[in-house]
Amino acid sequence: VTVRNDPGTPLPIADPALLRGLTQRRMGRRDFLRLAGLSGGAAGAAAVLAACGVSGAKKNTGGSTADAVSTYWAGKTQAGRLDFASWPLYMDVAANNKNDHPSLDLFTKQSGIKVNYKEVIQDVDSFFGTIQPSLAANQSIGYDLLVITNGLVLDKLIALGYLAPLDHSKLPTFAKNASPSVVNPSYDPKNAYTVAWQSGLTGIGYDPKRTGREITSYEDLFDPKFKGKVGMFGDNEDLPTLALVGMGIKPETATPDDWRKAAAKLKKQRDDGIVRKYYSQDYIDPLSKGDIWISMAWSGDIFQANASGANLKFVTPKEGSVIWTDNMCIPFHAAHPVDALTYMDFVYQPTVAAMLAEYIDYITPVPGAKEAILADAAKLTGADATALRELATDPLIFPSSAELAKAHRYQVLNAAQEKEWNSIFEPIYQA
Amino acid sequence: MGPSNLRRLKAAATPYFLILPGGLWLVIFFVVPMVVMLSISLQTGDLVNGFSQTFHFVSYWDALKTYHVQFLRSLEYGAAATIAGLVMAYPMAYWIAFHGGTRKSTYLFLILLPFFVSFVIRTVSWQFILADNGILFSHLKDWGLLPRDFHVLATSFAVVAGLTYNFLPFMVLPVYVALERVDPRLLEAATDLYANRRDVFVRVVLPLSLPGVFAGVLLTFVPATSDYVTASILGGTKTTMIGNIIQTTYLTNNDYPTAATLSFVLMAILLLGVFSYAKALGTEDVLEVAGA
Repeated sequence: VTVRNDPGTPLPIADPALLRGLTQRRMGRRDFLRLAGLSGGAAGAAAVLAACGVSGAKKNTGGSTADAVSTYWAGKTQAGRLDFASWPLYMDVAANNKNDHPSLDLFTKQSGIKVNYKEVIQDVDSFFGTIQPSLAANQSIGYDLLVITNGLVLDKLIALGYLAPLDHSKLPTFAKNASPSVVNPSYDPKNAYTVAWQSGLTGIGYDPKRTGREITSYEDLFDPKFKGKVGMFGDNEDLPTLALVGMGIKPETATPDDWRKAAAKLKKQRDDGIVRKYYSQDYIDPLSKGDIWISMAWSGDIFQANASGANLKFVTPKEGSVIWTDNMCIPFHAAHPVDALTYMDFVYQPTVAAMLAEYIDYITPVPGAKEAILADAAKLTGADATALRELATDPLIFPSSAELAKAHRYQVLNAAQEKEWNSIFEPIYQA
Repeated sequence: MGPSNLRRLKAAATPYFLILPGGLWLVIFFVVPMVVMLSISLQTGDLVNGFSQTFHFVSYWDALKTYHVQFLRSLEYGAAATIAGLVMAYPMAYWIAFHGGTRKSTYLFLILLPFFVSFVIRTVSWQFILADNGILFSHLKDWGLLPRDFHVLATSFAVVAGLTYNFLPFMVLPVYVALERVDPRLLEAATDLYANRRDVFVRVVLPLSLPGVFAGVLLTFVPATSDYVTASILGGTKTTMIGNIIQTTYLTNNDYPTAATLSFVLMAILLLGVFSYAKALGTEDVLEVAGA
């Protein structure tokens, strides 16, 4: 089933603030604790039981063969239903009804597939803890489409053979419109199992009033002038990867010796009292209130904090930044995989990507969405038009190719490497 | 079999039927997971290549060696929170028990009231109160009572304070129950026998309240030591507790054997502590409180 591109459907125009989701901060990208960790405890208990007797689970050695693709999709047909698991505030909403998602309505109208959309993912680790027992038992997890950040969990999902190999003959719109930054990514060669939902940059956020100067370099996070006022991420992906980038080392190909060098630098920063705290995703409040002046940060968070009144700046250090991508993927035993595949292609239409970008504030995988947004702006006047024009020219939503060239990916690690990596970096933020 | 035999049999079986639901519950949700966890703790491998039962006892030693700092810190924080809790809870419980009058239950309810809100939300709200330029410190700093750089968040003090706050009712309630049961006639008798107020307290009230203190200490120390929420919300760079390590090992690293090993070591340390404490204070008193 190919989805028709329907140029006749106008974009629903909302109140500009609501339109872009600016009144709410997107909650909970990763790790934390705050709420997720607690539920993670329960999920953990279930997974302990499931983990018992996991043996020889490895199924996948990377890539998918044409055979595997045709075998998987043979005989599978559209069911008219899609169960979609995603993150909070990661989908456009109608101005008058938060539970109505115009882009999903459009999808249903075009394809006849009803979408059961659930914002159940608060952090990758505990979500994986929840679904892992069913995946390991070769059962459906109740969702046909997941949004999972590239990184260690996605690597495991692929390595364990938990994801369906994608049939790219059914993804022509993706092939036509996807940004080069999300095509054939290092974590999923040839997009064998995933296509991008949205991406974001990890760089530095700061309060220019308090730092007293513009921030340009990764080294600024190590400036003794900011002693006790620096926030770093307490995670095993962004913290090490940005450190490697900051030291001029390509993280994708870094060696264990490089890891140790980066760890030594971070350890010194901690022991010199420069770091106040290793944050998980709760750094925006302390940054807005002045508990910290400068912090590692995600682009979209700073954008949204400013929209709700803060006066912060986001910068990608001159040494480079880290780019991460949240990816759509289909669990191998999904009940309605064809419907999920249809949706994956649907969101790569520039008009649809524009609807999403106008709300989400992260990097859209469809550069053509910029034209679509400008076309919408041309139909409007006043503040609405200005807001859309600003959005279309915002480098955090449509980064330049020079910016993207400086953005690095997490290293893909096998099980043994991951163990060593964790033993080097975790003691820094879990001292 | 005559009817009387049958009746006797029924009577003999009744207690077993009565403990059946609770017993089953314990077996399914406590004994089975414990055995499974023990088995996991002695496995080696990783999630992608699978885990196998290797009876790798060395991992216990490795876990202690790698994380002894966090183990010790958790015990210190737990002990500090318990002592601070006791110092605050005892006068509170004393006042409610002896001077609370007809409003005793209202006061107890007030102590419990904040605990109708989720643990996490309560801890996060301390973040707001204690923020460097938050409602509390911004004024004190403006008035020059505190140096500009002063901060409480992201220190071990904040973690211990958070733990103390979060587990305070677990100390107040048992101490209150013990004090409430003190027969007022004993106090009168002591006064009649020329004991001054200090003696009445030290020689009559305090010994009689010890079972409550004992229970309160256990109920505070065990959960405070294994807590991980408070440290991650209120703590700083070197305030990681063993609960945080277990969480990361489990959810982030998917290293189930190490997580299980750490949990067992923590449990063993706590049990050892509890037993030696019970030995020192006498187990009879514990049963008495449990029956109260």
